[in-house]
Amino acid sequence: MTTETLQTAAAPAASGAPILEMRGIRKTFPGVVALDNVNLAVMPGEIHAIVGENGAGKSTLMKVLSGVYPHGTYEGEIRFDGAERRFSGIADSEACGVIIIHQELALVPLLSIAENVFLGNEPARRGLIDWVEAHRRTRELLAKVGLKESPATLVTNLGVGKQQLVEIAKALAKRVRLLILDEPTASLNEKDSEALLDLLLEFKQHGIACILISHKLNEVKRVADGITVLRDGASVQHLDCRAGEVSEDQIIRAMVGRELADRYPPRPRLAPDAGETVFEIRDWRVHHPIHAEREMVKGVNLKVKRGEIVGIAGLMGAGRTELAMSVFGRAYGQKISGEVRMHGQPIDVSTIQKAIGHGIAYVTEDRKGLGLLLEDDIRHNVSLANLKAVSSRGIIDGGAEFAAAADYRRKLNIRCKDVLQQTVNLSGGNQQKVVLGKWLFSKPELLILDEPTRGIDVGAKFEIYSIMAALADEGKCILMISSEMPELLGMCDRIYVMNEGRFVGEFASADATQERIMRSIVKQGSDA
Amino acid sequence: MTIMEEKMVPTTAPVIEKRTYGGFLKNNVREYGMLLSLVAIMVFFQVMTDGTLLRPLNLTNLVLQNSYIVIMALGMLLVIVAGHIDLSVGSVSGFIGALAAVLMVNYNWNFVAASLACLVAGAIIGGAQGWFVAYLKIPSFIVTLAGMLVFKGLALALLQGQSIGPFPEAFQLLSSGFIPDVFNGESLRISSVVLGAVVAAVLFGIKLRERVAHVRHGMEEEPGFFFLAKQAVFAFVIVWFCWLMASYKGLPNVLIVMFVLMLIYDFATRRTTIGRRIYALGGNVKAARLSGIKTERLAFGTFVNMGVLSALAGLVFAARLNTATPKAGLGFELDVIAACFIGGASASGGVGKVLGAVIGAFVMGVMNNGMSILGVGIDYQQVIKGIVLLAAVCVDVYNKNK
Repeated sequence: MTTETLQTAAAPAASGAPILEMRGIRKTFPGVVALDNVNLAVMPGEIHAIVGENGAGKSTLMKVLSGVYPHGTYEGEIRFDGAERRFSGIADSEACGVIIIHQELALVPLLSIAENVFLGNEPARRGLIDWVEAHRRTRELLAKVGLKESPATLVTNLGVGKQQLVEIAKALAKRVRLLILDEPTASLNEKDSEALLDLLLEFKQHGIACILISHKLNEVKRVADGITVLRDGASVQHLDCRAGEVSEDQIIRAMVGRELADRYPPRPRLAPDAGETVFEIRDWRVHHPIHAEREMVKGVNLKVKRGEIVGIAGLMGAGRTELAMSVFGRAYGQKISGEVRMHGQPIDVSTIQKAIGHGIAYVTEDRKGLGLLLEDDIRHNVSLANLKAVSSRGIIDGGAEFAAAADYRRKLNIRCKDVLQQTVNLSGGNQQKVVLGKWLFSKPELLILDEPTRGIDVGAKFEIYSIMAALADEGKCILMISSEMPELLGMCDRIYVMNEGRFVGEFASADATQERIMRSIVKQGSDA
Repeated sequence: MTIMEEKMVPTTAPVIEKRTYGGFLKNNVREYGMLLSLVAIMVFFQVMTDGTLLRPLNLTNLVLQNSYIVIMALGMLLVIVAGHIDLSVGSVSGFIGALAAVLMVNYNWNFVAASLACLVAGAIIGGAQGWFVAYLKIPSFIVTLAGMLVFKGLALALLQGQSIGPFPEAFQLLSSGFIPDVFNGESLRISSVVLGAVVAAVLFGIKLRERVAHVRHGMEEEPGFFFLAKQAVFAFVIVWFCWLMASYKGLPNVLIVMFVLMLIYDFATRRTTIGRRIYALGGNVKAARLSGIKTERLAFGTFVNMGVLSALAGLVFAARLNTATPKAGLGFELDVIAACFIGGASASGGVGKVLGAVIGAFVMGVMNNGMSILGVGIDYQQVIKGIVLLAAVCVDVYNKNK
């Protein structure tokens, strides 16, 4: 059962005093109330999840807790370990054992694991770093987090999953008592995510409390003892998982403040053999841009029909993004061979300009790094890929451009003051809509969506799905790359499964299940 | 093609905030701040020098002294917006001045042919540096640092350590000539005043048309009162300056060149696809590339453009001194780059305005001129200029983080 504690001090469900209590936190920025009356209580040795839509105030709350916003810039009280704390900076909160691991990892890539673990905290005698000691302790810490790497390995040579473990080792080195993880599994594959969650459960045994911020409700359900739901800057509900089963629907309801009948918009599925094939790739091969001998995509054949949403499932590093970007004007890789056809005719996609000209659009998985001009406004972002449409003889018609941007803002329901707002200030979901708007404005026939809902909240996800469904309804072809199998199953007419550069399975939506997709990946893996 | 005729996502539209004067000022503090600080600096020196600053003779000198900096700042702004830097502009302009002298004085080339050859040489130099930057991906700082040394050396070699001059009369007119007065005014060059008035009227007309179009699309932010006040002040200042200069010798030729270039570059950055793409390139090169922009060619282009403008500046400077010296162009790059940053350009690219850079150049110019009149030594002049540059950028960063 849930204990609803609306707008009151969070009542700890378990007995004993909480290790952390935040009471009546209020934080304002000029013109915006970011947090208002937020209450949070974390028990010793508890994994406490904080969930909420993007912009609900999760990150702000953690910045208040960790001293990024020092005491005095917010209202309310923070009690840690029985005493009131007034952190004036991160160093303060870390001294108490409150350690935050941000979504964007804060490791120095060209330093070794040991150097990173003890950065700012080096074991030293009279100002000289004792590297022998540092390496010995690093080895111990790495063993604790289950990372089999030498302390001398450079961080840049590690994958994201391992880097995350280094971050945790770094936290352990500082004698962590409350570990805060902000979206720790956002960029991890399923296996690494599992390992990370197991590690958190193990820490729990050792009495380390943990605050987990996550959009992945299945993970939250798996490990959390308590859940605090934030909505519009307020803590609206406290759910106690030890008292009984908490369903995902229950959490989502609290997050969005309304019933979410279905997480995917209903759409008629295309029959497997119906429809005209619009887009086709034949025997596509791509080599790594630096290591030319590594083949990243190994002879892929793919078809997309009019009005069809086709998914590509697979683990991280399976070659899905590489496939998509190499088709999109050779934006990735070298020694590319194979054929791309549109409406049965071979087309030249050797440059991005040509690919766009042939009606291909690629919505990147990395919207901040590869998708947006963050310092520029919505208007300029939307028009960027198709300036031709709002200009004549190289001169931009400002009015037409503004009207186009305003049009997409309305159609995609981009929440902003106006289209002159800088994109850096938008939430993840709205940023994604701006990128989508940009590519819809290029009038594509084929839209390649690479992880279109990564890092965006439930409400915005549904909006993105609705847009996809409407586009398919209009006859556009959509190729969707996703690591979240439920959304592939929820949206696609057909799903290809990719592993190690090859397509290892193809399912019509009616036949596809998570288990069957996973099995085809694993089976192929064991054959290799 | 019918992409999504209907609104797909049924939710309430966000309320558009009502615009207020205060809010507008706050959001545009940069643009007005720049202009106001230029005015403040001018008023300060005007008072301190007992009115010498704005005397017609001095005003004319001020324009002549700064023309080549302004011309290069136009190109530098594009380079900086594209996310690069060009340290070689001073050396290149010096080298081109030397080349012009050798061609015109030693080889007796016609001044038009020689000038064109110099501009082409500038384009080639810019292209060569741009090729390393854009296609070989060598940091522009390094490429142009090398260029700075190379062309400083080549200028020395070309002149063999000597000054070469004088230039043909016709060429000198580029910098020391004034527009002819068709009305034969006695103490006032009437044609200069008339030209100023016409320009002011035309600019006002263009701005008004732009604003009407903006209002029609609901994209105008500036309150009407500000718009009118700004345009009125602008028009008044143009006519007043022309009047002042008309009471001396009229408008210098180089001022016309500079003004026309300024209008062209302002228009190019604000209204053309090329301009927009340069901003995109500097804002996020990867996103720009994935949006189908030929980023390499564009970066290359900004350097070619910079080379041509450096060459033009070199010609203007040589014509003004009436001789090419090995020291010409020394340290120009510092003033040019400072002008762009004072004018609000961002060192990380993607941000900056042509008018800002021009104002920045005049901030530096007025300070140079004013301090010289006041008798401040060259030593402290540099200290003060350095501090002003740092302060301007600090204010910028502060406003941005607020």
